[in-house]
Amino acid sequence: MTLGEILTLAFSAILLQNVVLSRFLGICPFMGVSSKRDSAVGMGLAVIFVITLSSVVSWVLYTYILKPFDIVYMRTIVFILVIASLVQIIEMFIKKVSPTLYKSLGIYLPLITTNCAVLGLATIVATDEYTFLSALIYSFASAVGFLFVMYIFSTLREKMKNAPIPDGFKGVPIAMITAGIMAMIFARFAGVI
Amino acid sequence: MNQRENFTKGLLKENQILVALLGLCPTLAITTSLENALGMGMAVIFCLTVTNLIISSIRKIVPDEIRIPIYIVVIATVVTIIDMAMAAFLPAIHKSLGIFIPLITVNCIILGRAEAFASKNGPLSSVVDALGMGIGYASVHIVISIIREVIGSGKITVWGSLVLDINKLFGSNETLPIFTNFFIQPAGAFIVLGLLLGIYSTIRTKRMKKTEVNKK
Repeated sequence: MTLGEILTLAFSAILLQNVVLSRFLGICPFMGVSSKRDSAVGMGLAVIFVITLSSVVSWVLYTYILKPFDIVYMRTIVFILVIASLVQIIEMFIKKVSPTLYKSLGIYLPLITTNCAVLGLATIVATDEYTFLSALIYSFASAVGFLFVMYIFSTLREKMKNAPIPDGFKGVPIAMITAGIMAMIFARFAGVI
Repeated sequence: MNQRENFTKGLLKENQILVALLGLCPTLAITTSLENALGMGMAVIFCLTVTNLIISSIRKIVPDEIRIPIYIVVIATVVTIIDMAMAAFLPAIHKSLGIFIPLITVNCIILGRAEAFASKNGPLSSVVDALGMGIGYASVHIVISIIREVIGSGKITVWGSLVLDINKLFGSNETLPIFTNFFIQPAGAFIVLGLLLGIYSTIRTKRMKKTEVNKK
């Protein structure tokens, strides 16, 4: 892979095929933990960690075990077990190595098991015939895209707290509409890449 | 609580999308056409019913500490069965739903009902609860998909052959300018769901205020 190809893959994963705004993965944490900037960044960092690792492990298992033995239909069960155990291992590892990091990321880790972006990306990179390197880059860049929109969205929501919004639309409904406007902007990156 | 209340609570009062805000990923992603929404609705209703039945039957033997991993394995197994069955019998819908079939595994609704209801109640009430919640979930999908498909393309297509073409009603063969494919795109999904949630919660708070006044 040349550097140009790597950059194209990475930028299209971050901007154009953004996990949240164009693939609709990980909407629950996107709506749930985005009301404060710190927690949004914490969640985003934890997601980068888990998505990159779990996608790579799932890719290896899929290519070298599930495919040769012709048991591809087991992929959902295998991937979810990989993700659940990986999250558990990462949690224990961080707790041991860096208690300060654990304090800031720890509470988000258990939530990640049911973040559909993790299982979604593991399935995408495994079944869409990515090579090892492109699987690694694609999953990492997608997770960076998640952090990117999480951060922008949390800053918007912090401002929104002071805005006069009709009672029924406060909270998630107006956040949805804001996300729609963000999705419009992100769709226009199609011309750039 | 009798079985009838148990069934109807999932339809509106505790609707998982409109009130609990769970399972929003497929709600946004696959509501581009009515056909997809029907396929997804059926898959979720089936999955929810079977997992609730299994989990409530094994609730007494499952140790409390490892219940979540066990639930996830049960759910993943049921989803794999649905995935294979849909690939065999409904290949077109299976293809257009794509990744969102395996992702039913991590749909918060399924694990949420397992944890909140099936792990505490008997098999019969769990199945009734699952049917109510599933139908409530599927109907929101259907409403959103009808809005998006009609405004997006001016017609509704079900099973490839059943077509309701609104453009033809106005005597035109092309898509009328009032219909814009904006609503088929991701941005349209967020805005339609946002408006729906806002309108529903406005109505809900008004109704709650009314009942409070009546009580006084």
